[in-house]
Amino acid sequence: MAPTTIEIFRGFLLLGLSGFGGVLPLARHMVVEERKWLTADEFVELLGLCQFLPGGNIINLSVAIGLKFRGIPGALAAILGLIAAPTAIVLALGAIYVRFQSHPQVVHLFAGLAAAAAGLLLSLAIRIALPLWRRPLAVPFAAACFLAIAIFHLPLVPTMLVLAPLSIAATMKIGA
Amino acid sequence: MNDTLVSLALLYGQLSLVAFGGGNTILPEMHRQVVDVHHWMSGADFAALYALAQAAPGPNMMVVPLIGWHVAGWPGMVVSTLAVFGPSSVLTIIALGLWSRFKNQAWRAAIQNGLIPISVGLIAASAYVITRTVDREWIFAAITLAAAAVASRLKLHPLWLLAAGALIGWTGFGQ
Repeated sequence: MAPTTIEIFRGFLLLGLSGFGGVLPLARHMVVEERKWLTADEFVELLGLCQFLPGGNIINLSVAIGLKFRGIPGALAAILGLIAAPTAIVLALGAIYVRFQSHPQVVHLFAGLAAAAAGLLLSLAIRIALPLWRRPLAVPFAAACFLAIAIFHLPLVPTMLVLAPLSIAATMKIGA
Repeated sequence: MNDTLVSLALLYGQLSLVAFGGGNTILPEMHRQVVDVHHWMSGADFAALYALAQAAPGPNMMVVPLIGWHVAGWPGMVVSTLAVFGPSSVLTIIALGLWSRFKNQAWRAAIQNGLIPISVGLIAASAYVITRTVDREWIFAAITLAAAAVASRLKLHPLWLLAAGALIGWTGFGQ
């Protein structure tokens, strides 16, 4: 059954509220199992497209699902629903941070929070880097990209315009 | 004020179109522009806002509206949000129309596989930049390493790790 624009908005609003630290598994649960908007195969195919495009996967996925059922209004309803609650929460936390910024204890609290967040990012980097060792060609490109951005502080857009086509060409040539 | 809004729109409009692999890949460039180029905030503030966005629910790009709000209030929030989500969403809408036509082309897989090392390099760079910013004391480096180790080994909810980090920080231990 095709959902209405309101149903799309409501579905993604709940999703935005519930997805702590990873919305994707929850999105699959809602879209495929709970509301049956898409079959499992349709979901994987749409997700494949969304991963191929720039932007957050889940953001693109919400746009794609909204568009599929209700055109542009559906796409707008989906993305607005998805980001509405997280934006409000993030701004509320930001307001607290700004208000109590000068409190030494609050500074300590946020420093500890930031250190833990850095740890989560580090573990993500390790997890996605490990499978690369099976593709010898991929390692130099990942390393070059890391050096350019992290060590030499080169701007992102020119770096990507050079490295991405080279990496794609190499992948095409070797077929790996 | 208007100049700031234009800068925010240009920055996030560009980043929206190169964020292959999601929000974490554009973090170093955001850091470079926001802290080093425009001097809108300190590195510590940037790291704190990033951490706040991680502690909130939803997609991992929520740091963008937060930075926009911190830099230029409500107009900054609206402009940054539109700029970071607009262009990639329009691209998604266009691509959906073309997608079925190119579904089985070999070059599509090559592009997808070729972009993977680039996103890995960018996320590693994000981790490096953020870690360098926050770990000014040994205790923070210890929190970062412990959180990374636990997150890699156990299927613990990330929120627990963030809460533990905040709690240790709050005690002021080692600072």
